[in-house]
Amino acid sequence: MKHTEIAIVGGGPAGLAAALNAAKLGARVHLIDRNDYLGGQLIKQTHRFFGSKEQRASERGIDIARELANQVTASKNIQVMTEATALGYYEDGVLLVEQHKKIFAIKPERLIIATGGAEKTLLFPNNDLPGVYGAGAVQTLVNVFGVKPGKRVLMVGAGNIGVIVSYQLLQAGVEVAAIIEAAPRIGAYWVHASKVVRAGVPIYTRHTIQRAHGHREVTGATVVQLDENWQPVPGTEKEFDVDVICLSVGLTPLTELLWQAGCRMVFVPELGGNVPLRNEHLETSVPGIYVAGDVAGIEEASAAMMEGALAGLNAAASLGYTTESLGLDRRNILAQLEGLRSGPVGEKIRKGLAQALL
Amino acid sequence: MRISQHPILEFKTGTKVKFTFDGRELEGYEGETIAAALHAAGIRVMRESGHLHRPRGLFCNIGNCSSCLMVVDGEPNVRVCVERLREGMVVETQKGKGELK
Amino acid sequence: MLAQNGIPTPEDLAGVLPPEERLARGPVAIAECFQNIPCDPCYHSCKQGAIKEFTDINQRPQVDFEKCNGCGSCMSRCPGLAIFVVDATYSDSEALVKIPYEFLPIPEAGETVTAINRAGREVGEARVIRVQNTRAQDRTAIVWLAVPKDLMMEVRHFKVKGVR
Repeated sequence: MKHTEIAIVGGGPAGLAAALNAAKLGARVHLIDRNDYLGGQLIKQTHRFFGSKEQRASERGIDIARELANQVTASKNIQVMTEATALGYYEDGVLLVEQHKKIFAIKPERLIIATGGAEKTLLFPNNDLPGVYGAGAVQTLVNVFGVKPGKRVLMVGAGNIGVIVSYQLLQAGVEVAAIIEAAPRIGAYWVHASKVVRAGVPIYTRHTIQRAHGHREVTGATVVQLDENWQPVPGTEKEFDVDVICLSVGLTPLTELLWQAGCRMVFVPELGGNVPLRNEHLETSVPGIYVAGDVAGIEEASAAMMEGALAGLNAAASLGYTTESLGLDRRNILAQLEGLRSGPVGEKIRKGLAQALL
Repeated sequence: MRISQHPILEFKTGTKVKFTFDGRELEGYEGETIAAALHAAGIRVMRESGHLHRPRGLFCNIGNCSSCLMVVDGEPNVRVCVERLREGMVVETQKGKGELK
Repeated sequence: MLAQNGIPTPEDLAGVLPPEERLARGPVAIAECFQNIPCDPCYHSCKQGAIKEFTDINQRPQVDFEKCNGCGSCMSRCPGLAIFVVDATYSDSEALVKIPYEFLPIPEAGETVTAINRAGREVGEARVIRVQNTRAQDRTAIVWLAVPKDLMMEVRHFKVKGVR
């Protein structure tokens, strides 16, 4: 049995920020990630981030990932476990971790869960054909491995991920036939939408995919217009000659460990599905278990980093670690989070979070 | 299909290695995922579903969804989206649940 | 309109374009940012103090056209690639439009490219005057295009000839 002060599950933006901030206060941290690298989904974000200086606005996600990972690796208070899968968390407060075919039992005094989210799928005939991918999957293939998913793509969903991945496909030399969106409005930031549109990709709002075509693999798709009641308008079907269909229809939190730990959960559509109830310190209904990032509600990576920082500070503070500036640091982070969420594009998040407070 | 040039990224590839897919010899780079190497060779069908025998491929590409399970060196249910490629790997289309030997 | 198809309307643009009289005095930045999103790097990037300080990070950029000298240092800091510089005084018949560009191939000075508008449609030809692509720009090149004057408020993208 290993003992540690704080165990963090997930080495993405939230987990990395949590580890750095807890370690900064002096706490001893184990950071556990199932991948063989740190950075989570930041490692494929080639675009510049929004936000302000404190959230590293205008820097590219790939560069933020590298820098945070380097800082974590250099910290003597943080022990990094990669290729390590957290299998379960049990009544006696033991976290079971599998690494290199060995099982480790870790008993942390505090646990921060930052497991992120998973891409949702969409119901339509042939949605299981090879060639139908999550948009993030294609982003990984293209930006991490330098491999194209196919020749011509139909993007389903005009939220930030759909529009950003479309742009990144163009950068990789892959054709994007169109972006379709069932809602009457583009969900992505309009500046992202405008840059793909001027690069030649039309966006069709109030359109959905009716079916994918193909026997062994995707060879095309039928798209149809929707009326005000989200019903298909007969006669508006359009055929798209594509070999790739990307679904960017939202993410859902990866909450398995939270359920198992007995954290009280609540279904909040605005946050992507079931999320843990949490207090203002990001502590769940189970004392000592904190959450940060997409697992606490689907949001942007900049917010995940801020939440991670907050959870890291709070978990360490609850163990008695402190600095003169702790109070100020916490207030600063809270103010930044409030700023990110305070505008019209933060309305959904605000509505969601209001339902998830303990 | 590999990306030859990119405005933002430089792709650092490992050593070239040989592996087989359903008996066919293919090349890929050490350290990339099996799924990436297969896609680079234009192969997107990775398994056959258990009941309706439908073709399945990659969906999430980060180890969440189990859509891309294949038989690798005789071991079934390997998530090829996260399993790294090594010289001489024997990769096979998985039919159904796969069998443990 | 923007929320439906990603294309700003003339009404959207009317709110951000500099007055004729200012355009007649040389290069100036145009921030085609029409939505209140949490983002302010343009403010921090401007050494002229020409972008008004944000009291709320969700504000839209407000360019002080009198202070702006059209240097373009905000262009490669904008995560939305939404800032352009227009110089109506480039020559008698042509204006200069500076465009942020993150695709390959990056054209060279002297090359003729296909000029594209905000809707992604070809509207004519443009001549590449200069390409800025310094380390500080961090892989967002700025391409200076000479375009017929009547297209200076239309051209916002381009295609290198012979590339799909």
